[in-house]
Amino acid sequence: MSRVSPRTEPSVVHVAARLVATRPVGDFQYMTFAAPGVPDLARPGQFVGITVGGPTSGALLRRSFSLHAVSPAADRSEEDILDIVVAANGPGTQWLVAQDVGAVVDLVGPLGRAFPLPRERVACVLVGGGYGSAPLFWLASALRDRGCRVELVLGGASWERLFGADKAERYADGVTITTDDGSRGHQGRVTDVLGDVIDGSGASVVYACGPMGMLEAVTSVAADHGAVAQVAVEESMACGVGVCMTCVMPVRGSDGVTRMVRSCVEGPVFRGDRIRWDAFEQGWCRVPDDTLGAPIVPAAPVGAGDRPARASAPVEADAPEQAASAESGPDASDEGAQ
Amino acid sequence: MFGRKKSREGDHKAATADPGAPDPGAGTTAARHVETDLSVDLAGMTLPNPVMTASGCAANGRELARFFPLDDLGAFVSKTVLLDPRSGRGTPRMAETSGGMLNSIGLQGPGIEAFVTTDLPWLASTGARVLPSIAGTDPRQFAVVAKTLRTSEAFSACVGVEVNISCPNVANRGLVFACDAASSTEVVDRVREQLPDTPLFVKLSPDVTDIVAIARACLHAGADGLTMINTLLGMSIDTNRMRPHLAGITGGLSGPAIRPVAVRAVWQVYAAMLAGTLPTKPIVGVGGVGSGEDALQFLAAGASAVQVGTATFGDPHAPVRVRDELAEGLSRRGLRTVADAVGLAHTRLP
Ligand SMILES: Cc1cc2nc3c(=O)[nH]c(=O)nc-3n(C[C@H](O)[C@H](O)[C@H](O)COP(=O)(O)OP(=O)(O)OC[C@H]3O[C@@H](n4cnc5c(N)ncnc54)[C@H](O)[C@@H]3O)c2cc1C
Ligand SMILES: Cc1cc2nc3c(=O)[nH]c(=O)nc-3n(C[C@H](O)[C@H](O)[C@H](O)COP(=O)(O)O)c2cc1C
Ligand code: FES
Repeated sequence: MSRVSPRTEPSVVHVAARLVATRPVGDFQYMTFAAPGVPDLARPGQFVGITVGGPTSGALLRRSFSLHAVSPAADRSEEDILDIVVAANGPGTQWLVAQDVGAVVDLVGPLGRAFPLPRERVACVLVGGGYGSAPLFWLASALRDRGCRVELVLGGASWERLFGADKAERYADGVTITTDDGSRGHQGRVTDVLGDVIDGSGASVVYACGPMGMLEAVTSVAADHGAVAQVAVEESMACGVGVCMTCVMPVRGSDGVTRMVRSCVEGPVFRGDRIRWDAFEQGWCRVPDDTLGAPIVPAAPVGAGDRPARASAPVEADAPEQAASAESGPDASDEGAQ
Repeated sequence: MFGRKKSREGDHKAATADPGAPDPGAGTTAARHVETDLSVDLAGMTLPNPVMTASGCAANGRELARFFPLDDLGAFVSKTVLLDPRSGRGTPRMAETSGGMLNSIGLQGPGIEAFVTTDLPWLASTGARVLPSIAGTDPRQFAVVAKTLRTSEAFSACVGVEVNISCPNVANRGLVFACDAASSTEVVDRVREQLPDTPLFVKLSPDVTDIVAIARACLHAGADGLTMINTLLGMSIDTNRMRPHLAGITGGLSGPAIRPVAVRAVWQVYAAMLAGTLPTKPIVGVGGVGSGEDALQFLAAGASAVQVGTATFGDPHAPVRVRDELAEGLSRRGLRTVADAVGLAHTRLP
């Protein structure tokens, strides 16, 4: 990292967490853990890292889950509780949702930076896609506690992929639902309705959590309607605590310089307009040429001579073979590591 | 500041007494506890215990310091630092595999100037014994990085230097230094010139035909010890999209999956030392260490210390846990010092 003082959260605990309740909600599993020490430290937008597969599993890496809600023990007779909402995407999350009450998992948290809260009583729009709406309810409460007007916009592919639509009314001054297939609310995407919601509420901040494509679109709609977007991103994370450098993305700093920053410690919440959306393409993210320390590698063999050129994206959209051959040529040998 | 699941801090000695275990290292006889001294001397580096972080698996310290005091470690090995700032590669940078993971970070880092002005002084302030890892894209760059380190104010916090030669040599058609004895020699020569009195550990790649030959080149060029092994080159295909999983196409394989390769590499090099075909120097074992038992394997194969890498991603307390489990494992086997375990398996052949 170029900035060596990561603005990490002040504190984190590493505990054995016990599953105390679990139930399906649509396509998701709503899971409640007793996790000593986490609730007091956590704020909306932070996440936890959970190991999956049990002690004999070959799965080594933690899985990240946004905190949906926390509840510190009021007294000795109670436990510190946290809730997460899990989509069974792959083997690790399938294992997790299959756990029964009483199961114990290894948990680290809270991790990452929380949603920044506005100082003034401004109106805010909170946009969630799929399980991305999980952290927004708690955020909504925190904002309303400060006197902010809160609009919730929840979207999903279908009604089963919406999270929290049923309880949304209790958390917000206005609720708008969208589904891609029209099985609930407006048919379409959250960004189809977002502009009107911003204008109607006079919101100056839009908070969003969901798939990267949605976050990019939300950022641009927010800007068009005079609001700042704060988005919680999702990037593959090996450690979740800032030591492995796998979770990076290109983000422009306040000095205007783009750096590959770790989304687990400097994120997951970023200002939407600081993220270099131009670098994301079909599930890849390349390093923009003007990034601090961007690679200079010999250009692809054909006609490049020996003049060094900026590294091209692994996939420049339409020329994947070319990029692949540049990497796999005999000379590139083993730059694979680290 | 620290996690609740604390290691038993400062418990560098695993106590209880039963002097004179008849068959040192015999393992299973759980009653044979002795007091074990974990301290080691590695080519002049005196460390309270033989467990270190692995380069690139602990960043530059601040993140893990939230979980345990860095001076609990034998040494803190920092992320490989190069001359200039590097952004590293695009993403995805990692893919989980059975018992391991692939990574393709691209040596992201701040560059040596930023390292010596901010990271190193901070590490020094924690009391950690620092083993900075350095690299370059040609031998001259290694020398400049080494010199910048030596002339920096906080250099006194460094107990030695680890030289990562598993990176491509742009002066030699991008061939990885560690895959070529002549390039390895050149790098170690140049770094030795800059750091005449500093313990130098050269980190070897397993992706070679004859690791003993590379070890020999490094030791003859003046290395004080060897760190073995770096990641193995691997690749994974995302079958949903039928394309490479990693943006870097290929990546380095690490974790328990590579432990047998690492133990074998340590075994071969130590065997050559025993046979007198290599100078006898300390080996630091790395590759899939996640428990005290894993660490014991490396010691028995010939390593004098171990590094914990990928295990830290799953368990931020892994390095100190390995230290405590190792102390207990040695004690349980009636072994009083780490040195008593080093190379033990070479004396017990079929
Ligand atoms: C900050 C953050 C918050 C998240 N919050 C939630 C949440 O509230 N609810 C929820 O269901 N999911 C959430 N996710 C996604 C969740 O972490 C992944 O779905 C999960 O890691 C997939 O694991 P798997 O074993 O099922 O899949 P596999 O594909 O087998 O996972 C293999 C590896 O890739 C990583 N990985 C795969 N997909 C993702 C992904 N989408 N994001 C990050 N890492 C991934 C895994 O950690 C694992 O190391 C969040 C991710 C991040 C980064
Ligand atoms: C994400 C990641 C980054 C790494 N970065 C470096 C590095 O910068 N320099 C280096 O010498 N080794 C690096 N390594 C290799 C490790 O230090 C270690 O040699 C290897 O991972 C095997 O050990 P392990 O199985 O305990 O991880 C890295 C490994 C991983 C997984
Ligand atoms: S996930 Fe390891 S640094 Fe972010």
